[in-house]
Amino acid sequence: MKRFKGFVTKEFYHIFRDRRSLFILFGMPIVQVLLFGFAITNEINKVDIAILDHSKDATTKEIINKISASRYFSINQHIDREANIEAVFKKGKVRAVLNFEKDFNKNLIKEHQATIQIITDATDPNSASTISNYVNSILQNYQQEQNKAIAINYVITPQPRMVYNPELKSVYMFVPGVMTIILMLVSAMMTSISITREKELGTMEILLVSPLKPFQVIIGKVFPYIFLSIINAVVIVLLSIFIFKMPVQGSLLLLGLVSVLFIISALALGILISTISASQQTAMMISLMGLMLPVILLSGFIFPISSMPLPLQIISHVIPAKWFIIILKGIMLKGVGLQFIWKETLILLGMTIFFIGLSVRRYKIRLE
Amino acid sequence: MKKTNVIQAVGLTKMFGDFMAVNAITFDVKKGEIFGFLGANGAGKTTAMKMLIGISTPTSGSAQVAGFDVFTQAENIKKNIGYMSQKFALYDDLTVKENITFFGGIYGLSKVRIKEKTKELIEDLGLKEVSDQLIGSLPLGWKQKISFSVALLHEPKIVFLDEPTGGVDPITRRQFWELIYRASHQGTTIFVTTHYMDEAEYCDRVSIMVNGKIEALDTPKKLKKQFNVDSMNDVFLKLARG
Repeated sequence: MKRFKGFVTKEFYHIFRDRRSLFILFGMPIVQVLLFGFAITNEINKVDIAILDHSKDATTKEIINKISASRYFSINQHIDREANIEAVFKKGKVRAVLNFEKDFNKNLIKEHQATIQIITDATDPNSASTISNYVNSILQNYQQEQNKAIAINYVITPQPRMVYNPELKSVYMFVPGVMTIILMLVSAMMTSISITREKELGTMEILLVSPLKPFQVIIGKVFPYIFLSIINAVVIVLLSIFIFKMPVQGSLLLLGLVSVLFIISALALGILISTISASQQTAMMISLMGLMLPVILLSGFIFPISSMPLPLQIISHVIPAKWFIIILKGIMLKGVGLQFIWKETLILLGMTIFFIGLSVRRYKIRLE
Repeated sequence: MKKTNVIQAVGLTKMFGDFMAVNAITFDVKKGEIFGFLGANGAGKTTAMKMLIGISTPTSGSAQVAGFDVFTQAENIKKNIGYMSQKFALYDDLTVKENITFFGGIYGLSKVRIKEKTKELIEDLGLKEVSDQLIGSLPLGWKQKISFSVALLHEPKIVFLDEPTGGVDPITRRQFWELIYRASHQGTTIFVTTHYMDEAEYCDRVSIMVNGKIEALDTPKKLKKQFNVDSMNDVFLKLARG
């Protein structure tokens, strides 16, 4: 036990004296969460739009007021003819133009129908469709209010309801993914680098000649990273709760336990990588290409797995991160307990045990 | 009076697939002796040494180190030997004191003992001013001396040195050998591999390995006589050229 303490102390010296690892350990999680939370977002916020109102009657005014009152849009300018639309877009600031037809109010009363054209700048197709959806929902909202007021239900519109993330807040979707990436990075990449570093420097040999048993050396090396990964997970959850007001619906204990499980599986992968790479650079490349890329691309973090071609879907099954993200979303967003995610947890557990077994075997072969 | 053997190898062999890296070597090393283990690169020195320090299992033959069997008692061997590799493997990002504390710790020395040893070592090597500096900032020669002293920290019966003086200047090498002599006088057995033939002259006995076999083993003086040459360098050249 005393030897173990000395070993871990030494490991912490390594970490705290190396600026690079310090940044990866503590800078990265915060930067990533903030980046994904604030910058890379699907939400729209105070988007500049222009109004082309051919009727200028009471109804259009009401609708315009309603739109400008929402925090999603800000009315940049009013234009008076179609010919100006292109010029407005070309300036680049305005992302959408709302074109109210002539006699809007009259048409609505007479024919129970009036048209607004929503012209969006589709150079960025994602936000264009988001903008158009937001405008639509404001219009529907208005329509319903009107219908209620005059007690005639003449238009029935289906209203899609978003559950779990009603405001479609992208940060809620990113937090589980970011947490997965960070834990993978810290646990797998950092440990594989730190173990190969000892090999490169020749100190591993000294340790193996000492009375320490090989497994003691490995546990001593990975222990600090388990500890730091847990701190990271806590920091990420706290950031999401306090900065992004993301509620964690499920049990924090369960969240902690599955996170530790995932950390251990990532550590086993890190040890595995260290047994097949001779230098720190190799270890880093294998970690980045072999672990980080699949985690980002195939885990369902950014691209939905259901829309991938079948071969990729099959590959995604063997990526521990995929299961961890499903579990995280379940616990954090839906607030489910173990009875709903036991299957995924079991898969993750199986993978963890498999990776530990494999790395122990590889490690023994290495020693020969 | 006959001195006791601390290393005894009989027909020690290591195969890697079809390749015979170490071919049935037989030799012994006596207590307190400085034993030079010579050979060209690839002759099998390092492999042989790895079997003796318990991190590689021999294919056949037998060997006892510090009274323990290399097949069954590798753990006991590890407690009784010190080892210094050619890479002076200390941690560059730890201070001199931290390195000593760490290595003392993994050999199970008590806190008090580590403190005593640290003080002793720092005084011995005249490191008072730099004891709180990172090892990485020290010159190679110093690192090497510290590395050797660290290998002796737990007072092992035998210390294995794997090409300990590679890449340092002659003066530092000379100082390093003074440390080796001192340890030897205190009863520690020294098992040293080296490329430098002038260093071979400093050893009590040397063995020369060629292609996995020990081709010569005796005191430097007798070897020179046997091969009828003036220096160990010539002995080595004669053997290596066949």
